[in-house]
Amino acid sequence: MIVQARSVEKSFGTHRVLEGIDLEVRRGSVHALLGPNGAGKTTIVRILSTLSRPDAGEVLVDGFDVVRRPGQVRRVIGLTGQYAAVDEPLSGRENLLTMARLRHLSPRRARQRCLELLTQFDLLDAARRPVSTYSGGMRRRLDLAASLVARPRLIILDEPTTGLDPASRQTMWQAVRALVSDGATVLLTTQYLEEADQLADRITLVDAGRVVAEGTADELKRTVGDERVLLGFADTAAYDAARHVLGDRVLGADATRLTVEVPTDGSAGAVRDLLDHLRTSDVAVATIALHKPTLDDVFLTMTGRTAAGREAAPAALEEVR
Amino acid sequence: MSTLVWAVSDSATMIRRSVLLSMRSIDALLMSVLLPVLLMLVFVYVFGGAISTQAAPGAQSTSYVDYVVPGIILLCAGYGSSMTAVSVNSDMRNGVIDRFQSMPIVSSAVLTGHVTAALLRNTVSMLLVVGTAALLGFRPEAGVLDWVVAVGLIWLFMLAIGWLSAAVGLATSSAEAAGGATFFMLFVPYLSSAFVPTQTMPSALQWVSENQPVTPVIETLRGLLMGTPVGASGWQAVLWCGGLAVVGYVWATYLFRRRSR
Repeated sequence: MIVQARSVEKSFGTHRVLEGIDLEVRRGSVHALLGPNGAGKTTIVRILSTLSRPDAGEVLVDGFDVVRRPGQVRRVIGLTGQYAAVDEPLSGRENLLTMARLRHLSPRRARQRCLELLTQFDLLDAARRPVSTYSGGMRRRLDLAASLVARPRLIILDEPTTGLDPASRQTMWQAVRALVSDGATVLLTTQYLEEADQLADRITLVDAGRVVAEGTADELKRTVGDERVLLGFADTAAYDAARHVLGDRVLGADATRLTVEVPTDGSAGAVRDLLDHLRTSDVAVATIALHKPTLDDVFLTMTGRTAAGREAAPAALEEVR
Repeated sequence: MSTLVWAVSDSATMIRRSVLLSMRSIDALLMSVLLPVLLMLVFVYVFGGAISTQAAPGAQSTSYVDYVVPGIILLCAGYGSSMTAVSVNSDMRNGVIDRFQSMPIVSSAVLTGHVTAALLRNTVSMLLVVGTAALLGFRPEAGVLDWVVAVGLIWLFMLAIGWLSAAVGLATSSAEAAGGATFFMLFVPYLSSAFVPTQTMPSALQWVSENQPVTPVIETLRGLLMGTPVGASGWQAVLWCGGLAVVGYVWATYLFRRRSR
């Protein structure tokens, strides 16, 4: 394990941001911290990168305690924060050279590493242009490159694709996958289920400062459940009758909209059986809709509430496939 | 290699970065470097004719350009201060300082970089002021040693303003606030003997101007450059500048470290 965190707590004033977080990240894996805004993801990242101290609990990075041995931890990690932390008036090359000098590479080695990174992140053509002329995606790639100058064993990415267009997001994902194939470990935070699904070997679901679930993408999807069928009824009598007939199978019911939700495997046969069952019981179904579990369903299942209030970015509402 | 060597190397890298950043923001650079020169022209040609530089009735009066140069030199530091505060503030807000603090380096070197770049900008500005003043008839009577001591005192003053500006940049929440908050460093010289003899001010203001840092610095520089008596101003100036430099340094590094909690 390159990261081992136990019962990490952190408060800012009276606001408890982390309420006992446990986290283990395997070497050579991509691990995603998934959760809505305000879940505490960035606070975890700041503690792991020695920018912030936990109030309680123990955090080891590559075996070093982040509070007692921050200097050792800093030799292991490469941090790419939420904002592209690069100098806009300088060129991409100058930015990387500054980083290389700070990591005490010899001038020759610095230029060589710079060239490697510019090539790897497809920035060679723009290398001598000021960063202020770069697109959002290019800036993020340069930012990532800047944290890789010293080949860190643990790369920490805080929301690497927030605010990027779909094409730039794809490019960023490819870059992250390439890092792991080079042997590094990547810990990333995201509020997009799709991103965690695409990139992560394991996902830790965080909400309100707690870990609510942990597992592979498939494991998480299974806990959320299969597809659901949403039945609509014309009146309260039919709605009540349906709830009675379906009994334990009801996942959710809405008395104002007169809808009842039932799990299904999504096959035509299963849906026909369900409708037949209701008809033989003299319950008239008015409307029918199939839907796949969404991020909201994940939160509903894990926390007993919807993830209301989180950023209403369309991609955040992507369904689990 | 030893930690000290790396600390020096990191500082050198940060100074290089800050100087490069200064040179790339050419508009802000020109503004902070040229404004003192323009201001000197205004003082000498617009106000100067109406200002008597006689410290007391019957005392010897000097030409206004000779009188005003020390004050304008100190204004160079004031005009440079907003650029320093804004640079530090933007490093803090856009995550650059986060990145440096997560690296195995002496991360406060980023502040050393900004303050050193400020010192260099102020020095360029000072050279322009002195050069222009010479064209306007500035005729100092200083010897080499006087100049060396004067420049040393000016650098100490600029260093104090630099560290105070860095602290202001860390203490403020936006670039606008950071730029605005350095206003007092620009304003203080006006309440001193920099532009008019303090005897002409109302008594309350006169008390303020005689007990603030800029006046002893100005009087010492006048003494060194023009041969007027320095008296107690000399050690007062050194104490003020040294004290403010220490306060600025301690304040800035405290704010810088406090971030990692």
